[in-house]
Amino acid sequence: MRFYEYESRRIVERAGIPVTKYGFCTTADEARKAAEEIGGSVVIKSQVLTGGRMKAGGVKFADTPDEAAEHAAAILELEINGHMPKGVLVDPKAEVAQEYYAGVVWDGTRKRPLMLFSDMGGIDIEEVADRHPDHVGRGHLSNLFDPPDFRAKEVIGHTGVTGSALTRATPILARLARLMRDYDMTLAEINPLARLEDGRFVALDAHMEMENEARPRQKPLLDDLGIEPTDTREPYEPSEFERNVKAIDSADHRGVIQGKDHGFAGNLGLVIGAGGGSLTLTDAVRSQGGKPANYTEIGGNPSVAKACGLAKEVLKKDGVEKIAVMMSIVSNTRVDIVARGVIKACLELGKDPAETIAVFRIPGAWEEEGEKILKRYGVEYCDRSVSMWEAAARAVSKIQEVPA
Amino acid sequence: MSVLLSQDFTFIVQGITGREAVNLTRECLDYGSKVVGGVTPGRKGREVHGVPVFDTVEQVVDSLGYVPDGSVVTVPPAFTKDAVFEAIVRGIKLVVIVTERIPRRDVAEMVELADRNDARIIGPNCLGVIVPEVCKMGGIGGPAKDAAKAYTPGSIGVMSRSGGMTTEISSTLTAAGLGQSTAISIGGDAIIGSTYAELMPLFEADEQTEGIVIYTEPGGRMEAQLSEWVAENEGAKRPVGAEGAARLPIVAFMAGRFMDDEEMKGMSFGHAGTIVEGKEDTATEKIARLQEAGVPVVERIDEIPDAVKDKLGAKV
Repeated sequence: MRFYEYESRRIVERAGIPVTKYGFCTTADEARKAAEEIGGSVVIKSQVLTGGRMKAGGVKFADTPDEAAEHAAAILELEINGHMPKGVLVDPKAEVAQEYYAGVVWDGTRKRPLMLFSDMGGIDIEEVADRHPDHVGRGHLSNLFDPPDFRAKEVIGHTGVTGSALTRATPILARLARLMRDYDMTLAEINPLARLEDGRFVALDAHMEMENEARPRQKPLLDDLGIEPTDTREPYEPSEFERNVKAIDSADHRGVIQGKDHGFAGNLGLVIGAGGGSLTLTDAVRSQGGKPANYTEIGGNPSVAKACGLAKEVLKKDGVEKIAVMMSIVSNTRVDIVARGVIKACLELGKDPAETIAVFRIPGAWEEEGEKILKRYGVEYCDRSVSMWEAAARAVSKIQEVPA
Repeated sequence: MSVLLSQDFTFIVQGITGREAVNLTRECLDYGSKVVGGVTPGRKGREVHGVPVFDTVEQVVDSLGYVPDGSVVTVPPAFTKDAVFEAIVRGIKLVVIVTERIPRRDVAEMVELADRNDARIIGPNCLGVIVPEVCKMGGIGGPAKDAAKAYTPGSIGVMSRSGGMTTEISSTLTAAGLGQSTAISIGGDAIIGSTYAELMPLFEADEQTEGIVIYTEPGGRMEAQLSEWVAENEGAKRPVGAEGAARLPIVAFMAGRFMDDEEMKGMSFGHAGTIVEGKEDTATEKIARLQEAGVPVVERIDEIPDAVKDKLGAKV
């Protein structure tokens, strides 16, 4: 999950990294007050979870509190890349002597955190790494020990930075590395990290992302920041379908079902599983000209009610006449239970299972029982001799028979 | 032969009294695997399908008089790190982690400790390892009779980021007369104990294995790492087989191509590891890299057997 800039700012502050005096505001009046308290020229920044704020007019400078209020009012109304801001950050216009970059990311290949530092801050670190590789210091950290200061010092030293800049930046990079570890971040960046005219270092902008899997154990931090467990920080708002599937899933602990329809707008309902199987089947449908109405994952042997609930939600979607029920070979989830669930869904919605289920391809556990149930309702059963690709092809051809 | 497991391989199950673990133990015993003990804190003295349960790994080792070869860890995410540390520190050399939703910091810690102790981790978020008709370690393939339908002994090594697709691919190979030397569900998370490139040397050192099939997905650098490994080892000989044995041919299948669409940006599907974080992470980019390294990437699972036969034929 991604944090807003003002939240990232609070997180680095907690970790003992100096920041400028700033205010997070949700109204123009608050922005005026914040500007008065800060005194002097300020910068107003839109708080959105998307890039390109500057270009879109989401960052403005103000010399007086009135001007700050005026800009805040405009920015609060400004949509950026489809996102409305959560508020604005009011920040003093700092007297910057030099901008640096400090970051810690995961190196998935080495399976260790990687510290990064550059004396060319304020721009994209990847660009610096491409064009000026000698201005980027790197150093891996052990997972088993607390990040030591000397590693941060080495990394900064790689860029040629020395003197008081080195001694002042060292604890900041080390604290950032500890913060990344303590708070389960997948990314922790300060860009720019500014050296002010008086020699002090402050984090002017920070970007933090936390691993979703760690949210339960990071509850104290998230509570502190006022982030509710329901605030998923998905790049888009969940749809009605997505919310309903989630509710069905949470109502019963047996098995797991997931549903997504963001970015899907077709007419073929997919009731598919599991993780890799769903990816494979969605590709197979699309590659053969099919238009999925949604994406699902079924796993861990869900109950009849759960399978039924999922199929019903898919069938209730606009324009969906038929569903394709397909999975890779199952060993835990039972074929007969899914069969019962999807047939029940058809019947409860007054639909004929034989007409509505375009294809049923789930080989594996309890397949004989599943086949018997399906036969009773005139639904053809496909076993493992029908490949995932062929099953998808059958579904696509059946949907194309439906008169427009 | 095979990789990782063999006929006399012994292992324990940590978290053995959990619902899924009880099933998994039954399945492995039925398949002929040597499950020699189980651990659940506070449940010492019980039995699960005849397997004795202890409070600690240390007690299992004391009772057996030897250190078992492996452990299947299936405990809740908050306790997994401690369980894996316990197994490694007590001398176990192969740990299969079934648990999903473990934060990557924990996984990275476990992997580093394993490296320091010459132990290997498979997973997390995986179904385990199977050597057809020899040993099944984990839920891979399901009940013994179902596993027997999909997996048959042979010469193809299978590695997959999806547990279910390990079985689907092996079943497809079996139907085409291509058995498997060892099939490994490597796990679906962003950081896992053993990647394709890290397992390749094991397969190359195995006389039985003649070809490799991998199932891949968007997200992470694992496929790029394999492409680099293949390129770096170009022209090198395998350590086993007839003198001058050629390198193992690899065939890949890539799922999740639809995730490259603009409207899918920032979303993850299927497994936690499919989140695209860098420019090398997309399906398109991975396919290009693998193909450049001489690894054909097929679009359909049912194309895999012919692609493998092509490669094996070309080798002779």
